[in-house]
Amino acid sequence: MDKFKVDQELIAKIDRILESYDYDDNSVVNILLEIQSHIPENYIPEEVAKYVGIELGIPTSKVYDVITFFSAINDKPKGRHVVQLCKSSVCRLNKYQTIRDVLEEELKIKMGETTKDGQFTLQYSTCFGACDISPAFRIDDKVYGNLTKGKIKEIINTYRGL
Amino acid sequence: MNRTVNIISKNFKKYNPESIEEYLELGGFEALKKAIEMGPQEIISTLKTSGLKGRGGAAFSTGRKWEYSANVKGDKKFIICNADEGEPATFKDRYLLEYDPFKVIEGMIIAAYTTGSTDGYIYIREEYKYLHNKVRKAIELAEKHGFLGKNILGSGLNFNIKVVSGAGAYVCGESTALIESIEGKSGRPRLKLTRTSKQGLFGLPTLVNNVETLAAVPPILEMGVEEYIKYGTHTSKGTKLISLCGNVNKPGAYEVPFGITLREIIYDIGGGIKDGKQLKFLQLGGASGAIIPAKLIDIKYCYEDLEEHGASVGSGAILVADETNKVTHFLKSVQDFFIHESCGKCTPCREGNRQLTKIINRFVTGNASVEDLKTVEKFANVMKYASFCGLGQTAPTALLTAIKYFPVEFYQQIDRIRKTS
Amino acid sequence: MKNCTITIDNKEVTVPEGTSILEAAKKVSINIPTLCNHPDQTVKANCRICLVETKPGKLETACSTKVRDGMTINTVSKLVRDTQRGVLELILANHPQDCLKCIRNGKCELQKLCEMFHISKSNLEDEIDALEKDESNPSIVRDHSKCIKCNRCIEVCQEVQGVSILSHAHRSTKYCITPAFEKKLVNTLCVFCGQCTSVCPVGALYEKDDTEKVWNALYNDNLHVIVQIAPAVRVSIGEEFGAKPGTKVTGKVVAALRRLGFDKVFDTDFTADLTIMEEGHELLDRINRGGTLPMITSCSPGWINYIEGFYPQLLDHLSSCKSPQQMFGALSKTYYAKKLDLDPSQIFTVSIMPCTAKKYEAERKEMSSYGYRDVDAVLTTRELARMIKSASIDFLNIEEENFDEPFGITTGAGVIFGVTGGVMEAALRTVYEVVTEHELENLDFMDVRGLEGIKEATVDLNGTPIKVAVAHGLSNAKKILNQINEGKSDYTFIEVMCCPGGCIGGGGQPIGSTMKVREERIKGIYDVDKVMPLRKSHENPAVKELYEEFLGQPLGKISHKLLHTTYSPRSEKIDFDYLQWNNEIALTEE
Repeated sequence: MDKFKVDQELIAKIDRILESYDYDDNSVVNILLEIQSHIPENYIPEEVAKYVGIELGIPTSKVYDVITFFSAINDKPKGRHVVQLCKSSVCRLNKYQTIRDVLEEELKIKMGETTKDGQFTLQYSTCFGACDISPAFRIDDKVYGNLTKGKIKEIINTYRGL
Repeated sequence: MNRTVNIISKNFKKYNPESIEEYLELGGFEALKKAIEMGPQEIISTLKTSGLKGRGGAAFSTGRKWEYSANVKGDKKFIICNADEGEPATFKDRYLLEYDPFKVIEGMIIAAYTTGSTDGYIYIREEYKYLHNKVRKAIELAEKHGFLGKNILGSGLNFNIKVVSGAGAYVCGESTALIESIEGKSGRPRLKLTRTSKQGLFGLPTLVNNVETLAAVPPILEMGVEEYIKYGTHTSKGTKLISLCGNVNKPGAYEVPFGITLREIIYDIGGGIKDGKQLKFLQLGGASGAIIPAKLIDIKYCYEDLEEHGASVGSGAILVADETNKVTHFLKSVQDFFIHESCGKCTPCREGNRQLTKIINRFVTGNASVEDLKTVEKFANVMKYASFCGLGQTAPTALLTAIKYFPVEFYQQIDRIRKTS
Repeated sequence: MKNCTITIDNKEVTVPEGTSILEAAKKVSINIPTLCNHPDQTVKANCRICLVETKPGKLETACSTKVRDGMTINTVSKLVRDTQRGVLELILANHPQDCLKCIRNGKCELQKLCEMFHISKSNLEDEIDALEKDESNPSIVRDHSKCIKCNRCIEVCQEVQGVSILSHAHRSTKYCITPAFEKKLVNTLCVFCGQCTSVCPVGALYEKDDTEKVWNALYNDNLHVIVQIAPAVRVSIGEEFGAKPGTKVTGKVVAALRRLGFDKVFDTDFTADLTIMEEGHELLDRINRGGTLPMITSCSPGWINYIEGFYPQLLDHLSSCKSPQQMFGALSKTYYAKKLDLDPSQIFTVSIMPCTAKKYEAERKEMSSYGYRDVDAVLTTRELARMIKSASIDFLNIEEENFDEPFGITTGAGVIFGVTGGVMEAALRTVYEVVTEHELENLDFMDVRGLEGIKEATVDLNGTPIKVAVAHGLSNAKKILNQINEGKSDYTFIEVMCCPGGCIGGGGQPIGSTMKVREERIKGIYDVDKVMPLRKSHENPAVKELYEEFLGQPLGKISHKLLHTTYSPRSEKIDFDYLQWNNEIALTEE
């Protein structure tokens, strides 16, 4: 794993988050989710995991267990924006492949890859409860369904800042 | 004729869910006031009469569950609202949290009053992140208006609610796994040596209920149980929120009376199959549910009739598949889901899913052998009987029912020249 | 206590309420098969082998289900047997089938189940997790590919030892038992106690095998190969040949070692007596001169690894004495070499230990004297048993022989080092008599004996009562250390043993070290002590001679050089570069 530089600013952010949860070790799942959202590469680096473990009094092996168990917490770096396309039963019936093709064309990467500028990661996900607007995808916290090719392009562009 | 009803879903899109005043105008929190007058014993017997069963899928009698919890002594007792809704094809709880959050909160407060609980958690899946703060705001408003906090409405009840986020694990919909996750551990189901109602979260008495179950309580109390049980059948009383989706024209969450036929749901409510195609099969209850062929479309949607045909209501998901879908290929989507979501702790589920995935992939590519059909059925049964928790036990349901109702589709994918290993 | 009457396989039995089906079945001579179950651990029910039919069509695990009055249980129905076989076939599809080459061949719980179920090839495609074997450290090997995920190692590492290096991680088919970030053990704060190897039902965790190293030394005519045997080994190794736990087989081990070709066979108990001399005087010195108290024993290397890694701020409390193993090694390359007029480079010192951490201890940088490793190879009890078996020795029937001199003369105080409380008791026997100049009437300090996690005693030394404590298992050591950290400790002397029960419960002991077995081994040790002619370390004539001839005084200059050591905090990155150490370079030192 690449060495991640933990700088003072990030430590300060982490300390603030820990403070807001009263350093409660039971809240480690939500704490890690929040810390992850402050890291541009959207993951929990080893050094951060160790630090959180020490501050909360949790053995690093158990922090690692939490990081690797939950799909929403990443142990490997991702793009700034994670585009998740549903591949579960309903979206398969409603032909998720059409959305996939547009996304791959628009972002110029294949499923599972990250754009060279580190802006977007394109990956599959399991059902996130948008079956009534299927086929659907998420970018970060937002869910998008009832899509057309044009709509998808528009959506991506808003994340590009255009 | 569209037989949808508006009891649990009465307030959907009828008020601004960020305004507690509008909720009050629609009669909000009247049920809570009524509940306080009734007292715990009467509430419990009312729920028993209503026949309300757990709406997450386990279908355990809510009245009895609240009774067990009420009988446990404790200075600190928890109510957990399970809003993990990870079951594919299910989104009815999302509708409740999005359109009528105060109803859910009201249901929780009534549960707290009935069982003597002190702390509430709403465990919302991470994928519904955009709802977390909205629900938190609703809780704040409820607190401001005296419906949460100390001595609620003079009843002596002290109760607070906190929102906790999930982190992307279907298995955390299982109540012990959910509890593990709130305790800061990976969400692997726990061995239940003692009932959760006695020893649950932090080893303390805990009541876990699905969102819809809690949201159903205020309407039942408000309209009166005698009115409520006029809907439904003799053994499946009342109404249910269903999540209708797939190859239908009008997917969405609807409320139906038990006893309505599947045909009515798909054609009258759902607007029929998209693009004029023919119905081929349904999957009832999400990815862990049974596959029902089109020919059974006239059976009634209720617990007993579905059970007769090897299916169950489950989460209330109704997935509609048209003739363009091969059953074996559909099963791959189910299998991919379960192998992704298995927690990995017990052999039958972890290794069973691993092996089932291999074999189902062979059926999809047409490379299956004759032994594969026997093997896949054998190990599906091993998973069903031996798995540690509901995930492993129900993961093979779709496969087993598909083999029962669509055996020809499997035979067609067998490569008769191929032998196994 | 309420009773329940149930029927198991058509046999009625009445048991107290709260009994598990597993226990109830034993009462009617049915041993329901289990795999993840362990008598000393919590019920896990994750292997799913012990399923029984409690209602037609309903299977429940026998280990976790309590009986209910009127229950009718079937353990041999078609559903039960088909499902059990199915589970076993699933385990096997994920498990290497190289039993013939596996270290646990013949001693594997999975193998036993396969035999019971008469397993043959299933139609499943094997898929074994291709994770790298971890052979990074001197003590323990982790072979992921054989792990059946029973979680026993996790419980012992997290709950019993409180070290929590191992945890489960990931989901689904990636689920595995691993240190954080899949690090190799050598890069973690693992203390190498080997308790995980002791509870593993299969060959996924085991001791590093150094038998080839030792065989090569024995084949080498240019080497004088000597061996020392730890106290715990003599009441345990017999189990590998069918004897009951606690059976004294000292003379047989000595004889077997001579058959294997060792030039001299010595007793670690000798240096245990020596340790008491050095440590006893160190304690008195600290008490009289106001040194760091409480003083804590230092002969358990797993314990040393623990305090160096987790409580480095308290290292000053440790006695500076090396362990008996290392003291022996140091003497073997100096005093002994001189005595036999041999060059130290010609001596190869082996030790037989109940302990995996001793392998790590022998390779520590500080454990050398004048450029020669104190100890050249450490074999666990299990490895020695393998060597004896491979040499076709009929162990149980071999004629007993005696240790060689001078390192064969020992006392009962040396023997009891092998059990929790033994070092304390041995130290008290000497310290009491040295300080009060009175003989002890009763040599048995019962307060420090037994399996309770933390034991306390107060001893009157000429009017001054001193409080002592004995802890075994690292989670108990942690409690004591926290007390010291918070300044709340009123003990003067503390004995800590890393492993539950002390060395007789070590990670290198014969497989099957349950608490019950530990109790029997402990009894065996005290029985040996009781009948020894000498039972106090300071009365050992060979030890007295050693001081007269060579060491001078306890804590003297030579003792300091050879028999004492230093400690340093452990970080998670450990540098083993010094293992490439060359003896020639070392000769230029002093």
